[in-house]
Amino acid sequence: MSAIAFPVPDAGILARRDAIIAGLAGLVAPDALITSEDERRPYETDALTAYRRMPLAVVLPSTTQEVAAVLRYCGEQGVPVVPRGAGTSLAGGAIPQEDAVVIGVSKMNRILEIDYANRVAKVQAGVTNLAVTGAVSADGFFYAPDPSSQLACSIGGNIGMNSGGAHCLKYGVTTNNVLGVTLVMLDGSIVEIGGGHLDAPGYDLLGLIIGSEGQLGIVTEATVRILRSAEGARPVLFGFPTSVEAGAAVAAIIGAGIIPVAMEFMDKPAIEICEAFAHAGYPMDCGALLIIEVEGSEAEMDAQLARIVAIAREHGVGTVKESKSAMETAAIWKGRKSAFGATGRIADYICMDGTIPTGQLPFVLERMDEIIKGYGLRVANVFHAGDGNLHPLILYNCNDPIEAQKAEDAGNDILKLCVEVGGCLTGEHGVGIEKRDLMTVQFNEADLHQQQRVRAVFDPRWLLNPAKVFPLEGRIAA
Amino acid sequence: MLHTPTTEAQACAVVASIVEARVPLAIRGGGTRTGLGRPDNAVSTITSAGLTGITLYEPSEMVIGAKAGTPLKLIEETLAARGQMLPFEPMDHRALLGTEGEPTIGAIAAGNISGPRRINAGAARDSLIGIKLINGRGELVKSGGRVMKNVTGLDLVKLVAGSFGTLGFLTEVTFRVLPRPERIVTLIWEDLADEAAVALLSGALGSPFEPMAAAHLPAGIGAEEPRTLLRLENFSASISYRAAELARLLKAHGRPELVEGRASDALWREVRDASFFAGTQEAVWRLSLAPTNGPRATAAIARTVPGARWFYDWGGGLIWLAVPVDGEAGAAAIRAALKPLGGHATLVRAPDAVRAAVPVFEPLSEPLMRVTAGIKKSFDPEGIFEPGRMYAGI
Ligand SMILES: Cc1cc2nc3c(=O)[nH]c(=O)nc-3n(C[C@H](O)[C@H](O)[C@H](O)COP(=O)(O)OP(=O)(O)OC[C@H]3O[C@@H](n4cnc5c(N)ncnc54)[C@H](O)[C@@H]3O)c2cc1C
Ligand SMILES: Cc1cc2nc3c(=O)[nH]c(=O)nc-3n(C[C@H](O)[C@H](O)[C@H](O)COP(=O)(O)OP(=O)(O)OC[C@H]3O[C@@H](n4cnc5c(N)ncnc54)[C@H](O)[C@@H]3O)c2cc1C
Repeated sequence: MSAIAFPVPDAGILARRDAIIAGLAGLVAPDALITSEDERRPYETDALTAYRRMPLAVVLPSTTQEVAAVLRYCGEQGVPVVPRGAGTSLAGGAIPQEDAVVIGVSKMNRILEIDYANRVAKVQAGVTNLAVTGAVSADGFFYAPDPSSQLACSIGGNIGMNSGGAHCLKYGVTTNNVLGVTLVMLDGSIVEIGGGHLDAPGYDLLGLIIGSEGQLGIVTEATVRILRSAEGARPVLFGFPTSVEAGAAVAAIIGAGIIPVAMEFMDKPAIEICEAFAHAGYPMDCGALLIIEVEGSEAEMDAQLARIVAIAREHGVGTVKESKSAMETAAIWKGRKSAFGATGRIADYICMDGTIPTGQLPFVLERMDEIIKGYGLRVANVFHAGDGNLHPLILYNCNDPIEAQKAEDAGNDILKLCVEVGGCLTGEHGVGIEKRDLMTVQFNEADLHQQQRVRAVFDPRWLLNPAKVFPLEGRIAA
Repeated sequence: MLHTPTTEAQACAVVASIVEARVPLAIRGGGTRTGLGRPDNAVSTITSAGLTGITLYEPSEMVIGAKAGTPLKLIEETLAARGQMLPFEPMDHRALLGTEGEPTIGAIAAGNISGPRRINAGAARDSLIGIKLINGRGELVKSGGRVMKNVTGLDLVKLVAGSFGTLGFLTEVTFRVLPRPERIVTLIWEDLADEAAVALLSGALGSPFEPMAAAHLPAGIGAEEPRTLLRLENFSASISYRAAELARLLKAHGRPELVEGRASDALWREVRDASFFAGTQEAVWRLSLAPTNGPRATAAIARTVPGARWFYDWGGGLIWLAVPVDGEAGAAAIRAALKPLGGHATLVRAPDAVRAAVPVFEPLSEPLMRVTAGIKKSFDPEGIFEPGRMYAGI
């Protein structure tokens, strides 16, 4: 695939490469600077592997001060910077460019402070999402946003993308669970935004930084909310004849005033792929599967489930299967959370991430099917049913350039459909390069210019992750 | 001059004419929070009173949208009729500020106005999912939309929430909503000192029993005896179970009394609206800090500001503080007390002269003030909207 354009590398910067590397070498420890081609290669892409660009150099600082020194230097030299966490972005958000320095926070991976009385933890940006929960789980606490990539992805990357997960129906996404950050700005100044308290003074800069995809500065530390885990949690599998009944059941559950912790949807192809991988005991005789998780004491879970089962029965549910053990629970979630990886074992895929108003679900599923068939492709659907965040996985063969192009076109058609029915291009993966050129479908010029003027407050010269989020044409600087 | 546009197009034209004339413009919803922020020096006012009506309500999608001037009351009644509510329990400023009029949904967004449920369900900004706003170029700008999960582009929704009209005139806002709980009860412990009370609240909030609100009212705030409050909201069967479990968990602090219905609602309305301080001559501050630092902050303030009274919400992390007005309403002493503890103080109620002399919002560090000025300019290059309401010169 090559449809998405990158900016033409600045020849002047490429010509100065040696001098720039020498300058960087004076700022960080020797093992923090990566320049050889072999060692740079792991940084040339992220999880959108169809696109690759070799960066000028990679810097892996160990302290906020080092990040500040490197950022100030790049700013002074007019060298583009691409912030990087673990490089699991599905939108190409962390893909570099030839004239850019990658600043990765992976070495800053310490948990600095855990404060149970105030229910917060202070962590460095390179800590993995799962490590935060890992550090507090023995004491009965957890960090709520749980992207399926949580074993690998970093808190810095989660903040970059405002990531979500299966359990955010009840607990919210990253922006609802971060109370403060340490941000290094392009001129090297280090600012504290928010902290251990709930509301920061002045404009909500924290809300602006979260989801800004590395365009406003580099986050080096974060204060996150940790929550006490429920007494118990139990996922239940509901097999419906078709996705229409499953969609109607979701609406009816919410309409009845019940907000389960998670409501995840899989269609038949997705069920088959995930079951083959995880052996989770998913029912194979249904057209659509809902995984609904409830929490609380045993009696509370029984009571809530009884209500949910009654509603599901009204909507023609076939199989209802409760998890009976911690092992079954783990297998059920493993199947769902490895949906992308399991799909990757049978085909190449691109993962869409549009959100739709849930009432549009039956219409969108039908239209999506037509779109995919129109291109002669196959799709597997997993999504967060409670909030309408779809993840169609479009299957294709990456060695066939024509099919690859078709897959990309089909994906674009699906995202346009999401916007047409009142939704948006991306619910949790971010715009990156992938949806950059579709931004004009969702926003008009005034909308985009206002965003770019805010961006310019932090980076008037388009040096921070410049190839991302906004179409390359028609950009403004202030 | 008062402008009352009835369409977005008219509102754009009004703003464009103001930009042309370069005169300061005040923004008014219901006018119930007019005393918030620094006193304004605007010669023209634009009101959202002509922009009313619910534009979208889908109970099964848990979303409601309305024009900015829609009375909050209409939103709440509409939601209640379908068994739903705004998640963040917005405060009503009228009693505290001694103002009249009908609060509007646009001002709730503009002020990021939240109440006791904020600790569990998030602030107004967490539920605000879409806005339309006229910026200082007279352009209608939209951000967000009507779906909960949305990370498309920079999150201008958050920036505008809590900007008190300084970034533009909101014409329409969309919020996520939640089902109303089946049953609500309040557990009340008596006679605890501040420190013990906050320890109790921390223990409860760190338990699996999900208190939705947690406050402490020291002696003399609404009653002779100190009262420590936890509110549970859930299905009826869960409430009985959780109330009993919490009482057991916290038994070292004594046995709680359980109230529900009107008595419980009225108590939380007083906490939400800080109405213990209504109608007095005192200045009123709002302090936001880490909960366990709450009692330390009030102890330090009590030493340096004679006559200070307070109570805690948000498990100790929000302090409502009333102090004698004289001089600068204790500003220097209060902010000095917070310095070693973290957190910040906002002056919510004081005579105009005091609010003009004292920074109403916590002064920001130099780089953040620069960013703040830059953001203001990016929305409002001529500086027409509510100049100086949040910070002098911005
Ligand atoms: C198998 C798989 C499953 C996934 N499942 C989910 C899911 O369920 N939910 C979900 O939301 N996402 C999911 N993702 C996407 C991805 O994991 C998230 O976007 C994640 O937050 C990226 O984190 P990262 O550390 O890998 O960041 P990167 O990919 O390195 O970077 C992501 C973005 O953040 C910026 N950035 C990184 N670090 C910083 C920093 N310190 N300061 C400023 N900006 C920074 C980068 O420039 C880039 O724009 C999945 C990805 C994969 C491969
Ligand atoms: C920190 C603070 C301290 C205050 N202290 C005092 C005081 O001591 N004494 C006193 O009398 N008053 C005080 N006020 C009150 C205040 O100035 C107004 O009386 C009050 O804002 C009216 O609320 P409402 O709908 O009734 O909305 P309004 O009161 O009309 O508006 C509330 C806020 O939201 C903004 N707003 C409303 N609608 C929109 C919209 N459509 N688009 C964009 N912005 C909008 C307004 O500009 C205003 O900042 C204070 C206000 C603040 C913020």
